[in-house]
Amino acid sequence: MKLSLHLAWRFLRDGRAQSLLILAGVAIGVAAFVFVASIISSLQRDLIARTLGAQAQVTVTPREASSRALLEAPGALVARRVEPPVPRRRSFDGWPRYARALERTPGVSAVCPRVSGPALAGRGASEEAVVVVGADPARLRRIIDLAPRLVGGRYAAGGDRALVGDGLAEALGLRVGAPFRVSTDRGAVTLRVVGIFDTGAAALDDAWVVTSLRTAQTITGRAGDVTELDARVEDLYAAESIARSFAARTGLEATSWMQRSRDLLIALRAQDQSSYMIQLFVMLAVAMGIASVLVVSVVQRRGQIGILRAIGTSRRTVLAVFLWQGVILGAVGAVLGIALGVAFAIGLGQVTPFPIEPEPSGLAIAASVSLATGLVAALLPARRAATMDPAAAIRGDA
Amino acid sequence: MSAPLLEAVGLTKSFGEGEARVDVLHDVTLRIERSELIALVGASGSGKSTLLNLLGLLDRPSAGTLRLDGRDTEQLDEEARTELRSERLGFVFQAHHLVPALTVVENVMMPAAVRAGGFDEAARARALALLASVGLEGQGDRWPRQLSGGMAQRVAVARALMNAPPLVLADEPTGNLDTQSSDQVFALLLREQAERSTALVVVTHDPTLASRCARVVRLVDGRIVADGPPDQVLLDTRARRV
Repeated sequence: MKLSLHLAWRFLRDGRAQSLLILAGVAIGVAAFVFVASIISSLQRDLIARTLGAQAQVTVTPREASSRALLEAPGALVARRVEPPVPRRRSFDGWPRYARALERTPGVSAVCPRVSGPALAGRGASEEAVVVVGADPARLRRIIDLAPRLVGGRYAAGGDRALVGDGLAEALGLRVGAPFRVSTDRGAVTLRVVGIFDTGAAALDDAWVVTSLRTAQTITGRAGDVTELDARVEDLYAAESIARSFAARTGLEATSWMQRSRDLLIALRAQDQSSYMIQLFVMLAVAMGIASVLVVSVVQRRGQIGILRAIGTSRRTVLAVFLWQGVILGAVGAVLGIALGVAFAIGLGQVTPFPIEPEPSGLAIAASVSLATGLVAALLPARRAATMDPAAAIRGDA
Repeated sequence: MSAPLLEAVGLTKSFGEGEARVDVLHDVTLRIERSELIALVGASGSGKSTLLNLLGLLDRPSAGTLRLDGRDTEQLDEEARTELRSERLGFVFQAHHLVPALTVVENVMMPAAVRAGGFDEAARARALALLASVGLEGQGDRWPRQLSGGMAQRVAVARALMNAPPLVLADEPTGNLDTQSSDQVFALLLREQAERSTALVVVTHDPTLASRCARVVRLVDGRIVADGPPDQVLLDTRARRV
């Protein structure tokens, strides 16, 4: 290995101009790889934060009651019309046990039991339809983090304290510290605005009143009960399979963001695919560049390869000499390309509406792909060099 | 009678198949003793280089056997033949084929580096001593492109001797050189052969150079037609031009 690496390095140094040119090609290819990956991943991060940041990735609810025919007569012909069930309040029996089971499910990183219900919020003569959302503030933060989205006040809930969206605050003329009325068919309570958030999602900003679990249970008349269990998952794209398996295991209904936001999912997958295609073609071009340079090098050095074989250099060593050249080009190209790609991405991030932050895992993938590309691209020329007939190579016939 | 260093029996070599088949060597039988100095002469296309390639294990015969140090080389796989070349043979070719990416001393060290798996200080000292013995003292750190043709061929001679092989095969080692360099390189080969008791087989077109060898083997159309002392073989050869 020592000898083959030494020879590989010297061959690359000897053909300096050629080596520098292909190195520039590899570096530009890797930079494009890193740049595209950084932009797409940052764009997706931003898109996901904007859209999914305001909803749970997996939501578990009690199963809807299903209608069934009154008469079931095997073998008999029955004319029937089955009406959908009348909506009614369902209690989530045994939710603490299901919450614990969901927490223990592999791939689930956080669970938040939540109670939600419709209500009217009013101040003076103004009234707005709202959704009262009650959850443990610390648990809710791990699902939907409203704290960094506060435009006023502080993140706290409980007692009569509530967080409201900026749309609702504007509609009712609410400011931090202002009291407002929340009423349902069970009566009315007065809450006080402790913080105002702006998530960018109108459904939340115009309608949510976030308070503690206990307060919301009181308002919605669900003492000790919850309406749903919200969960966050480690791998966003595993949400659907986690939801399916949990539903199958428990008999509850579990939906993932992938069901609720199909358009977003399609958009993300399309972005991923175009990113992969661009990266694939870039690395193919890099591979062909490395391969063509090494093929030329093998032809140019056939006399030297012949004499190396004649003096006892094994085929394996000759093979290794050219494979090392591919690896060196891939490795040095990866270092230069990653630096260039990161610089480009950060530079572009200064003028985009979302920050571009190259992911360390993306950089590691770029480095691995570059190394593998160098190695694979060198295989053909290396094999050609290793299988050269030494006598023919010395004559210049190989 | 001790075993010869190298013994070829009934060597035949053909290229191509069917109607395109060309027989280059026919039934060549040759013994090479230790420390022997042999000139291989013959017209262009007579099969000298093909024979040298077979003797150097760079190619395999179509028929016949070749024993080196008593080992039947045809029974060996490619890796074993490569190893045998590294241990027992030295090569000098018409073109020096120095590796331009390596310095002069590294080129000389190459056969030892192949055996050791890398360059080491002991080999470097031996290579520098060899360079001094071929008249290239102080040239070790130069690059092959900085050398004249004669100097480069002397480096190739030093390289061939690096592993102290018992047999050196030289294929027209002076073919690309001017008369003066040619004389110097050939004299160097003969001196090193004598000093190191190495057997040397040298292919040459030059009857004057061939006459300085103890034994001359003459090939015509792939067959050995004469094998003996130079005054016997070359008398006829001179008349025909080698």
